[in-house]
Amino acid sequence: MPLTQTHDLHRRRLGRNIGVALSLLGFCVIVFGLTIAKVRQGASLEAYDHIARPSITVEDTP
Amino acid sequence: MSDLTSQTPVTLEGDARFGDYIALMKPRVMSLVVFTALVGLIVAPAPVDPMIGFTAILFIALGAGASGALNMWYDADIDAVMRRTKGRPVPSGRIDRHEALSVGLGLSALSIVMLGLAANWQSAALLAFTIFFYAVIYTVWLKRRTPQNIVIGGAAGAFPPIIGWVAATGTISVEAVLMFGLIFMWTPPHFWALALFMKGDYHKAEVPMLTVTHGRRETRRQIWLYSLALVPVALGLALTPVAGLVYLAVAGGFNIVFVALAWLVWRRDEATAEADNYATERGLFRFSLIYLFAHFGALLMDAALAAGGGGF
Repeated sequence: MPLTQTHDLHRRRLGRNIGVALSLLGFCVIVFGLTIAKVRQGASLEAYDHIARPSITVEDTP
Repeated sequence: MSDLTSQTPVTLEGDARFGDYIALMKPRVMSLVVFTALVGLIVAPAPVDPMIGFTAILFIALGAGASGALNMWYDADIDAVMRRTKGRPVPSGRIDRHEALSVGLGLSALSIVMLGLAANWQSAALLAFTIFFYAVIYTVWLKRRTPQNIVIGGAAGAFPPIIGWVAATGTISVEAVLMFGLIFMWTPPHFWALALFMKGDYHKAEVPMLTVTHGRRETRRQIWLYSLALVPVALGLALTPVAGLVYLAVAGGFNIVFVALAWLVWRRDEATAEADNYATERGLFRFSLIYLFAHFGALLMDAALAAGGGGF
């Protein structure tokens, strides 16, 4: 039998799904904002990834 | 015929509203955590990027919420007995006990990792320890075994300003320890005053509250002693660089009233308290809430005055 009427069960699930969606969206916004803040602090964005990077190589002192 | 379109009110176990998950995280406790952690972060002598500060506070609060969910998972049986807690999501059947455990563990991991990435790993380690302390040491191990449970639980509640401070500076200092001490010493008089006038609940749940194990006379005496011990901690904070004249004035005035109320509670007998429906005990409980917010609010005001060049 097709469900044609909205039951309280559906309303609750819809509310929960919207809540989870908004939480995930908020989390993405926070991670993005945090990334911007970290980059603006001036930390190096380079790292070792199997390619020689002289700019982040610590030179040996004699 | 089974019909989902029926409007008959039914209890659908495990089919909670989103608000039930919020309730699982004890939002009122979280508000205190947010406020005290924020003060710890702001008064710390290290500038914090607003976005990083916001994220740090958010995940400290989420960590507190996670430990609240773990507490509700373990304490579902006693929550179901007490009038004050039987409407919570787990004992009322809206959220399954094991789901509460999953939410608690998941949010714990998320909050610790995110605080570490946002601020530093020292504060993340402290947050992890706080969640462990509250969920395992307090809730699982000691809450049902010792009448000092309130004192031990108070330690967990006292960590947020230290975590906020460490998130900003990376180290612990005497100011942070005194902020911890202020909440730690404040907690026993606050909750024991509540236990004096919510007397049936803890007894029914067989939680070894001081009122049950050592009697109400001894509880009144302990409220008085902890209130006396609270004063040097509150005034000691006034001698540190994070406090100014606003804090000194607030601490001076509020501690006189707090000690006076605690003394009145100590001197009363049960017959007198019954006669006026525990008016003085309720007064101490309500005043203790204002007391804590006033002290941390004063630290915030002093920091704002100092930042604006009007510091003392």
